[in-house]
Amino acid sequence: MAASPDGMALVAADLVKTYSQGRGKPPLRALDGLTFQTEEGTVFGLLGPNGAGKSTTVKILSTLSRADSGIATVAGIDVAKHPGRARSAIGFVDQKQVSDPMDTGVENLVLAGQLHGMSTRAARSRAGELLERFALAGAARRQVKTYSGGMARKLDVAIGLMHRPQVLFLDEPTTGLDPEARAEMWAEIERMSREERMTVLLTTHYLEEADRLASRLAIVDAGRVVTEGTPEQLKSELRGDAVVIELHEASVIAQVLESLDRLGGFREVVAEGRAVRARVDGGGAALPLVLAALDAEGVSVASATVSRPSLDDVYLAHTGHSFAAVHAGSSADARTDLEEAAA
Amino acid sequence: MTALTNRPTVAAAPAYARPSFFRHTAYLTLRQLRAVVRIPAFIVMNVVQPLIWLLLFGQLFTSVVDIPGFTGGDNYLEFLTPGIVMMMALFGSAWAGTSYIQDMDRGVMDRFLTSPTSRGAMMAATLVYQALLTLVQSLIVLGVAWLGGARFDGGLGGILILLLAAMLLTASFSALSNAAALLARNQNVLIGISQLITIPLMFLSSALMDTSLSADWVAEVARFNPFEWAVVAGREALGASPDWASVWGHLGLLAVFTAVLAWVATRAFRVYQRSA
Repeated sequence: MAASPDGMALVAADLVKTYSQGRGKPPLRALDGLTFQTEEGTVFGLLGPNGAGKSTTVKILSTLSRADSGIATVAGIDVAKHPGRARSAIGFVDQKQVSDPMDTGVENLVLAGQLHGMSTRAARSRAGELLERFALAGAARRQVKTYSGGMARKLDVAIGLMHRPQVLFLDEPTTGLDPEARAEMWAEIERMSREERMTVLLTTHYLEEADRLASRLAIVDAGRVVTEGTPEQLKSELRGDAVVIELHEASVIAQVLESLDRLGGFREVVAEGRAVRARVDGGGAALPLVLAALDAEGVSVASATVSRPSLDDVYLAHTGHSFAAVHAGSSADARTDLEEAAA
Repeated sequence: MTALTNRPTVAAAPAYARPSFFRHTAYLTLRQLRAVVRIPAFIVMNVVQPLIWLLLFGQLFTSVVDIPGFTGGDNYLEFLTPGIVMMMALFGSAWAGTSYIQDMDRGVMDRFLTSPTSRGAMMAATLVYQALLTLVQSLIVLGVAWLGGARFDGGLGGILILLLAAMLLTASFSALSNAAALLARNQNVLIGISQLITIPLMFLSSALMDTSLSADWVAEVARFNPFEWAVVAGREALGASPDWASVWGHLGLLAVFTAVLAWVATRAFRVYQRSA
């Protein structure tokens, strides 16, 4: 199947989706002109709190739901015009468990392959391969209801991979997993995107997950993409890295401030006791220069650290509220309920 | 980034043949059969209540056949058996939508809908599965009736027609139940259907009583009751000298009714997706 002319595996252009909230209430705008595109073979992350519109976006791109307006294409196929063709090209791993708990692992996989038109023999062999890879071979003939949460989630991803889709949707793949299972899932997703050479659309409300897995990401808030780029780009858009220099003696502070001023590029320089804090672009490169300058002046440095801005800082900068605050906020809860009701 | 953009196009997905409606129906029916084979008690549970009715009503109303004007033969158990088979089919199929609700509560339904799975097959598979359950349960009811002394002059042919009528009745009301599940996405609605629809349909029929002995309006309404069509077709076919025009006529009506409901219910997938 041909990719879209511009080589984009996924395109969402100006998507709008409203849900009725019932009598007398204005309809809720779940998507408000959401736009992004994804290159082939990359992991693209949609990051945002519950209710931001991530799941709605996945539902529209995966043909489950329809946008009120806007264009969505998958592997160059317009999902509204050719949903049947789009469905052959995608794998869909919902927020909810997508396997049948009454069937065994292998039965779930083989059925998924058969429904995608694979012969039973091809489906069995592919199922065996995936069970092996996800370390589920030992549980292959057990009913899924006996699986742990982490095992069931890995099976879900394997089900999505059965027919070697061009685009895989992973809607909050690690929500509800314990830290160990989450780390294991992350390793699997990294390996998968490398080995299967496919495009993955990952939605998550874990900043750490987006930072680790996504080669590009879009931050979604209230149905719109507020910013987009690689995690590094997004973080470097902030006003630089935090640099902290701790000294043995407070008496040399003035000397240090002078040195920083001479080197240039340092902002928000603050002296606190025996420490000097500042922000600078490209902290990793700036730090050796600072140390060399201080060494030349005979200033003895106790420690020096550079910390990169986190995605939380990025989120805060673009939405005006901190990620954690949105998660705890009641307005977000109301939206979550609605999105869940719609789901 | 250059490595990615310069890479040749993503390997094309293998060109699997577009699978047919029939293959999908078979795969999905087998999935449901696997579940019931793992818990066979489910079949038995559904058949216990009809058996109790059969034995209790059969004993309670033995003298009904002596009422002047009763046209249903001279053995009430023989009269009652096709009625009980159809009641079992009707009550069982009202709950058919439960499997859709379960699939919706999990992500199974949405996964199927985002795959090339035929919607018609998703509907047909549950109807076939429910009809097969009815087939097994009907044979149990017939066996118990036989042990209770009922004898069916219609023989094997009559029994096969009764089974066909029961399976069509099951398929039609399973389609209705599935449609309700897709539209309401709520188990409680299925409870409503079973309470508000099946009980009146059962009493506005000749399942338990010859309608020529009931109020005229009951007999009149019963003529338009799909449940009654199944009872009449099954009972006629089990009799010594069936009115074949009536048997095939009622079976035909039932088949059309089933096809229409199955079509409408399949359309309900669109409504489900529109509000997804």
